[in-house]
Amino acid sequence: MEHDKKTENERIDYEKIDYEKIEKRAKVRKTILHVITYTLLVFWAVIVLFPFYWMILTSVKSYSAYNSEYIPKFFVTSPTLQNYVDAFTAVPLGTYFLNTVIFTAITTAVMLVVITLAAFAFARLEFRGKNIAFVLFLSLMMIPTELVVITNFTTITNLNLRNSFPGLILPSVTSVFYIYLLKENFEQVPDSLYYAAKVDGTSDLKYLLRVLVPLSKPTLTTITILKIIECWNSYVWPRLITDDPNYYLVSNGIQEIRENGFGRENIPAMMAAVVVISLPLIVLFLAFRKEVMAGVSRGGTKG
Amino acid sequence: MKQDERKQKGMKPDEINQDVRMRDEIRQDTVKQDTRKKIRNYSELKGWLYLLPAMLFLGVFMVYPLIDVFIYSFEEGYNSASQTYFGVGLYNYSYVLHDPYFLQALKNTFLLVIITVPLSTGIALLISVGLSSIKPLRNLFQTIFFLPYVTNTLAVGLVFMILFKKTAYSDGLVNLLITWFGGESVDFIDGPYWAKMFVLCFYTIWVVLPFKILILTSALSSVKQDYYNAARVDGTSKLRTFLRITLPMISPMLFYLIITGFIGAFKAYSDAVALFGTNLNAAEMNTIVGYVYDMLYGDSGGYPSYASAAAIILFAVVLTITCINLLISKKNVHY
Amino acid sequence: MKVILQNLTKKFPGRDRKKQEDVIAVNDFTFEIPDGKLIGLLGPSGCGKSTTLNLISGLLKPTSGRIFFGEDDVTDLPPENRGIGLVFQNYALYPHLTVRQNILFPLQNLKGKDKLSKAQMAEKVQEAARLVQIDELMDRKPGELSGGQQQRVAIARALVKMPRVLLLDEPLSNLDARLRLQTREEIRRIQRETQITTIFVTHDQEEAMSISDMIVVMKAGVVQQIGKPQDVYDGPANLFVAKFLGTPPINVFDGTVRDNTLYIGNDAVLHIRGVADQNVYVGIRPEGFVLQEHGPFGCSLRTVEVMGRDSSVVCTNQASLNPVIRAIISADNKVDLGQKLVRFSLKPAKVFLFHKETEERIDFTADAMTAKEGESL
Repeated sequence: MEHDKKTENERIDYEKIDYEKIEKRAKVRKTILHVITYTLLVFWAVIVLFPFYWMILTSVKSYSAYNSEYIPKFFVTSPTLQNYVDAFTAVPLGTYFLNTVIFTAITTAVMLVVITLAAFAFARLEFRGKNIAFVLFLSLMMIPTELVVITNFTTITNLNLRNSFPGLILPSVTSVFYIYLLKENFEQVPDSLYYAAKVDGTSDLKYLLRVLVPLSKPTLTTITILKIIECWNSYVWPRLITDDPNYYLVSNGIQEIRENGFGRENIPAMMAAVVVISLPLIVLFLAFRKEVMAGVSRGGTKG
Repeated sequence: MKQDERKQKGMKPDEINQDVRMRDEIRQDTVKQDTRKKIRNYSELKGWLYLLPAMLFLGVFMVYPLIDVFIYSFEEGYNSASQTYFGVGLYNYSYVLHDPYFLQALKNTFLLVIITVPLSTGIALLISVGLSSIKPLRNLFQTIFFLPYVTNTLAVGLVFMILFKKTAYSDGLVNLLITWFGGESVDFIDGPYWAKMFVLCFYTIWVVLPFKILILTSALSSVKQDYYNAARVDGTSKLRTFLRITLPMISPMLFYLIITGFIGAFKAYSDAVALFGTNLNAAEMNTIVGYVYDMLYGDSGGYPSYASAAAIILFAVVLTITCINLLISKKNVHY
Repeated sequence: MKVILQNLTKKFPGRDRKKQEDVIAVNDFTFEIPDGKLIGLLGPSGCGKSTTLNLISGLLKPTSGRIFFGEDDVTDLPPENRGIGLVFQNYALYPHLTVRQNILFPLQNLKGKDKLSKAQMAEKVQEAARLVQIDELMDRKPGELSGGQQQRVAIARALVKMPRVLLLDEPLSNLDARLRLQTREEIRRIQRETQITTIFVTHDQEEAMSISDMIVVMKAGVVQQIGKPQDVYDGPANLFVAKFLGTPPINVFDGTVRDNTLYIGNDAVLHIRGVADQNVYVGIRPEGFVLQEHGPFGCSLRTVEVMGRDSSVVCTNQASLNPVIRAIISADNKVDLGQKLVRFSLKPAKVFLFHKETEERIDFTADAMTAKEGESL
């Protein structure tokens, strides 16, 4: 070692380090850490997946087999699809399902139109009072739905719209947050494009549909997916506004099945209904995994 | 006005034609002023026109209800059938605050918040750190962990119910495991309070975790590798690297999650319904939001005034807690 | 601390899974870095210089070969046990910590017998801060500092533990031109004061030339040449090194050696000895041209760029492999822009010959050709 004499004392004594020992220890530590990490991850994966496994497993057990198992079995020897047949025949699961599809499709479509128009006005058009209007819009973001649901319930009741699709759909066709998200996105499109379109004599509406909307496709996809998830899982509003099973959605439908369907405790059939209800969103998620996860991390919360 | 100018000012072709026709009819100088005014008025109007649908819906279903809910909450003895009331005052609030069901709901909600927010954030952090430190199977794990987010809370809640429920036919799977390990079986759905609260918390954590894991994983991956390399070169231990570098760097996201976690947990409702059915008061498992809805509708419903008062109390609580959170986070988030 | 690299090789698995071909980032690098010197690792981006630095730091493990610090084989040692200081290209200062806390950070990691008391730590931090002259910024956060100041903090953080070897990754690339000049002198000064063996990576040849004791020129993972900056500049090992060093860059021509005479095009430009007859690449440094009325080498004049002290004569020649030739001459020489042709004689020391296939430099001895001889040929 050829240290400078002055600095020798200040430097850390590297000669006395036992290199082999350090290497070995580092390796062992790394392996242990890896084992712990994977154990933790597998453990939670099992907790997440187990309910799904159990629901599918139970849904293919026959009613008698299920009820005779005091100790539930982890596998099934003679799977049956009878429960799925029951779910669609003994209770109106098909109706709930169809209602939800209609509700989700219309709500999402109308909302997309409403928020696109509003976002365009805020992002592109010039008019008096725009800034104040925007601030007011933003301040609405803080209002929790729980506060306004009470009056909305009365409003819809007074309008005689209970047990109807308009009653279900109308209160949830705007979202201030999505307007905000889309407006930010529209503003990223360079001004020059707008002026170029204007010079060519393109109308505002045409510019919006032909230029802005295609350019903002990723954001619109995100919003669409988030809204579909929200609609599919909505429970409170449908429960308040419908008491006619012909207008039930899947969430309050499954609750109805639980409390009044199938006679008492036909759990396998109930699980079949749960599988049917859960499947569409899981398929949607697996198909658009990246978009869903990117979308949720940009602007989603549960509920 | 020349043709091009009109186009630049955003006029449609038919407006331009109209403009030309008008010129023929009236004298030139007045026309100029008139069209200019018209153009301005039109573009003013157009902005509002595009906003109209959104304003309409927000006005009817957000602004009006917001005002109305306060009015409701002060109207004493409101009768929803006759739409009449006796007087104005704080009676509704006092009624709600003395209602044992509300107090039960308040207790349940607070317990739920205090238990699930720290636990879920902590577990999510642990899992995210684990996820970020591995490479093989990472995508698979991420996908699996996200699944609860896209499931119907009500539907999967039923699965949890049968897993935890004790019936005449079977003790349920969870009790089976408990007895295996030498414990005593408990009915988590119709049994003692602590057991029911446990299931509710467990299910809530199961439901909220995907969002938190997602946010934290992306926060962790946005911390630049250089910082870790710098720490490694300096011989920083793993724990110290995590506490002194990783945590401060992701602290904004962590606080965001804690705040949204508080807000979300205070609004808990459908998880409880999924596990214990719609009659939450009977199950002693009601939440504040559940109380609001029960007051509004259902077997004990028809009291929008009480519901409004309860909703406003909830809102006040959430607002206070959020403000406290923001104050704390301002002190602790570093940039 | 002497640093020895022995047959150091690093392969990365290829990105294309089907082909499975490894990318060789560093290939068989052998070099002994003498104690207390400032070494510049130089090369175009992707040449493996940063990989080499990361191998020395221990952030990467070599595929084969060994690394020694003095007598110690540190090849398999994790970075924290090597006793190195590392300055990152973008500094990697912790944004949530103040300057003081940033510099203190490495010291707080010391354990066992190396552990320092609070007072000792404060003293060391103060010392490091004084060395890089940032004493007054100690309580600011990195976000409030300029690029040059951040750079100093990063160096202070790397130095505070008194490392055996200091490694700098593109230390100047994030600074503007003026700061770059200032900071590189600063690095030189700090290195001189501390006498720590320092290795820095750069793609800027001027930067490397101006402050290094030795430079290592790399290309595609292979070391091209190692030496003192001036030696490498005056005796490039091959065409690549010759082209890479020097601004304006060297002028390259197709040339022929016949009967001990070097021809560029039809002009016989130099008498040379010791080279067999063959086609060659001829490299002529811009300062190797001497304006001479009847010089042996003729070029068509394009323009003259006056730069104060010097003038740059821009011209073309059929045999040139660059689009234009640049000759740097003293501004005292007036060039008549009206003339079509300029004639030069060449300084033999500024002329290099390179083998046509291997591009290795061919040694020769030469005599300048007089104007008369040039004309007669």
